[in-house]
Amino acid sequence: MDLLWRFLLGGAVVSAFALLGDVVRPRRLAGIFGGAPSVALATLALTIGTSGVTFAALEARSMVLSSLAFVLYVCFARRLLATARWSPVLVSLAGLAVWAVAALAAGLLLQHLTT
Amino acid sequence: MIPSLDFSGLRQAHWYQFAARFLIGGAVTLCTGLIAKHWGALVGGLFLSFPAIFGATATLIERSETEKKKKAGISCRARGRKAAALDAAGALLGGWGMLCFALAVWLALGRYPPALTLTLAGILWLIVSASLWWVRRHRA
Repeated sequence: MDLLWRFLLGGAVVSAFALLGDVVRPRRLAGIFGGAPSVALATLALTIGTSGVTFAALEARSMVLSSLAFVLYVCFARRLLATARWSPVLVSLAGLAVWAVAALAAGLLLQHLTT
Repeated sequence: MIPSLDFSGLRQAHWYQFAARFLIGGAVTLCTGLIAKHWGALVGGLFLSFPAIFGATATLIERSETEKKKKAGISCRARGRKAAALDAAGALLGGWGMLCFALAVWLALGRYPPALTLTLAGILWLIVSASLWWVRRHRA
């Protein structure tokens, strides 16, 4: 039941931010909703209820570094899309690899700093 | 340009594009919870910044812009991709806002009520992202 609730809440929050991004103009302002902390809001709200504030605060600490991975992902995507040679599907999939490597490096750095 | 709302893009979109975003959002949130449960808060927290919306939204924008051009008798994908790049430029500003959101939650959680912390951090994200857009627009 907890998993279903997590799925529904996550889907609803992500969709709500995405819808705002669809209707807000100008386009660059609408784009900020692509960087909305939608997954974080849904996850942290549920984590606070199930695992407590200390656990959620530790998750937020990791998110500080992984947000930089997101920034790197979007920089990569923007540069490739601006050339108009690559489709958004391909760019976002390739970008996920960039995000994963950067987030992994962030995780390793954090682990090194905390042990 | 004054910020406004334009619903015309929604009419061109297909229901399955919205369903896909709901499924991706739900799946990412579900997986983030499971990862945190098995590998702890340090690893789980990394996934809180997972780019859940960007790919689907950029695809939607490209299709919408390409359709518009097609209706005008022009077959050109480049315009759609440039519009998606503009969306990415906005997402970059949102990403800096996301960093401020995470910092605020990390520092305030435990000191202030959780609901208040998440609400104010969300407002901080919006203020930082929108301010960066405003500054960029006026410097350009």
